[in-house]
Amino acid sequence: MSDQRSPAVEARGFSFSYGPRQALFDISFALDRRAVTAIIGPSGCGKSTFLRSINRMNDLIDGHRYGGDLLVEGKSVLGARLDLVSLRRRVGMVFQRPNPFPKSIFDNVAYGAKLNALASRQELPALVENSLKQAALWDEVKDRLDQPATGLSGGQQQRLCIARALGNSPDLLLMDEPCSALDPIATQRIEELLVELKERYSIVIVTHNMQQAARISDKTAFFDGGRLIEYGVTEQIFTAPAVERTEAYITGRFG
Amino acid sequence: MNRLGWRRWKSRVMVGLMMVAVVVAVAPLVMILATLVARGAGSLNLAFFTQIPVPAGETGGGVAHAIVGTLLIVGTAALLGLPIGIGAGIYCAEYPTARLAVVARFVADVMNGTPSIVVGVFAWTLIVDVQKHFSGLAGSAALAMLMVPMVLRTTEEMVRLVPHSLREAALALGYPRWRTSLSVVVRTCLPGIVTGSLLAIARIAGETAPLLFTALGSQFMSRDLDQPMAALPLTVFTYATGPYDDWHRIAWATALVLILVVLVLSLLARLATRQRFGSRG
Repeated sequence: MSDQRSPAVEARGFSFSYGPRQALFDISFALDRRAVTAIIGPSGCGKSTFLRSINRMNDLIDGHRYGGDLLVEGKSVLGARLDLVSLRRRVGMVFQRPNPFPKSIFDNVAYGAKLNALASRQELPALVENSLKQAALWDEVKDRLDQPATGLSGGQQQRLCIARALGNSPDLLLMDEPCSALDPIATQRIEELLVELKERYSIVIVTHNMQQAARISDKTAFFDGGRLIEYGVTEQIFTAPAVERTEAYITGRFG
Repeated sequence: MNRLGWRRWKSRVMVGLMMVAVVVAVAPLVMILATLVARGAGSLNLAFFTQIPVPAGETGGGVAHAIVGTLLIVGTAALLGLPIGIGAGIYCAEYPTARLAVVARFVADVMNGTPSIVVGVFAWTLIVDVQKHFSGLAGSAALAMLMVPMVLRTTEEMVRLVPHSLREAALALGYPRWRTSLSVVVRTCLPGIVTGSLLAIARIAGETAPLLFTALGSQFMSRDLDQPMAALPLTVFTYATGPYDDWHRIAWATALVLILVVLVLSLLARLATRQRFGSRG
């Protein structure tokens, strides 16, 4: 078990570059457990890159290089010999666009659990039900678990993707603009869901939507130009930002 | 004429031209089928599918030996060629910039453009000349050589069509890269790979040239892949170039059977695609 007092995620002088381009510079901050942390900032500020560093999805980029250190619940995730499989089991991710597998609803949720042998065949249905309930999707799909997931609406698909991530019983959920492809009603459902989920999971959400960040997050980090400009309690960031640049972005003067 | 009318007129002309192109493209196929049915259907009966040829001058007999031969030769070719072609195709798609993939892709493109008779001669040098006798297996090897580059390229294209987001989804769930490739990417595009494979089988089922120097052909039923073997295209070739009217009728009928085999394979390919893709919404 990892240390209960260490932060959900902690960056220590963290940097990231690929090829000759440096995307993130000297980022240091600690994210709370059992809380929603929002990362906001203009396009290309590095917020998604930072998020994708936490579960090492950036390893897919050619010529990637990490600097400094990045810890999840007190353990560095940057070691060359780190077991990516177990890291990604502990750190779930939900993407911009819903990306269910072209399989049944049941199989989608059971996918991670099957791989990681988290449940026996007999236990799978309960795990799937539990995950779908946590993702507030169970009532809508309980009668058609064997139907293809691609037949669901966009909002349902995204909640299915959340259920799929929860099926791995992660410690941490990373969300990369999870509502950017959804309509306002579906967005609202996801937001309500996140507020419920933070009782049990640590959540980091990257969002373009500042109202969203203000509505659902406990703390907010503002990124610009690959640097962490300001980080603090959401209310303070949005009402009394300490840095002029943050205020300019929040009031819509750039970005 | 005003601008809108002019645009409509242009649109109609272009659609008309394209329809003409479609008709011209489809016409030969229809004519081939019509000719084959007209000339060959009359000779089709149960004996045609169950008996082997009778000596010239006698009536009756069939091409059962060639049907069996084609199934054995093409089946063996598929067993040899499909795993190699599909495996190489997946590799080329998943590691597109690897040196090996670049070379394989180039070689496959060259091979796809190589006349099949060249492959036949090559198989003769490699197998028949070494073994000092013709064999069905040499024919299978030649056909497999034709198949690999075709299957490689179609598989690669199919794998590449799988959205990147699905790969990411699997990787983010903790799937190792190789398992992501096999269980998510390949599973997703399996109907496409099956279609490509069936079409490749249909293609090689009709190949004659590579079999001329390898399987050779035979007048008798042979189930031994180490021996010369009959095949439908070879039978068409032999009977069509023969001197007797009766032989020509058999050639037409055999050609019809061959086309039907290819047609069934193509239909299976369609079916495989539709059933799986139907659920994708």
